[in-house]
Amino acid sequence: MKANLSHFEASILFALFTSVVLGIITKRTDRERWRYGLYCFGCFVGALFGLSWLMYLGHG
Amino acid sequence: MADTAVVEKQPSVPIGTWLPAVALGWVVPGAGHFLLKKYYRGAMLLGSVALVFIFGLLMRGAFFEPQGGDLLTTVIYYGGFLCNLMSGLFYFLAVWLGYAQPDMAGHVHDYGTKFLVAAGLLNVLAMVDAYEIASGKKD
Repeated sequence: MKANLSHFEASILFALFTSVVLGIITKRTDRERWRYGLYCFGCFVGALFGLSWLMYLGHG
Repeated sequence: MADTAVVEKQPSVPIGTWLPAVALGWVVPGAGHFLLKKYYRGAMLLGSVALVFIFGLLMRGAFFEPQGGDLLTTVIYYGGFLCNLMSGLFYFLAVWLGYAQPDMAGHVHDYGTKFLVAAGLLNVLAMVDAYEIASGKKD
């Protein structure tokens, strides 16, 4: 059994799980954890699209 | 006259209060939180670290082995090995059951290797959190 994930899928999975852990360990209330987890996930996805476009445009 | 800053030294926390939670959190990710009766957080941490590790294995990622040489090689291979070790039981079980893969070219394998390292690093964060809870710095 092998998972053949694309760059996008692997990056999204990484962003998701990392955001969950960062949300849990850094904040003190459940509401703050949700907010921070979603914020981290948004930042990851934003960076993913930004860097992807940068590489696409930089590649010519 | 220069002001003298008064630095309050926090009392050190006895090792017996946090070591069991941190050590257990290393062996089984999230178990330190279970020991501290933070079941919801422990379950979320266990699930996250386990899924990252399992996806790493499914993508046929390779485990790092200690390897010397130039500075960069030493840092990468020893660092990667330490990060793999921080996954605790997952790492030992995977090696023992023969899931350690040879390092292969390809983006999927490369992501897999990074996922296996990331699982260990996420567990380090979980262990730090368990330490803070056990030592009373956090509820």
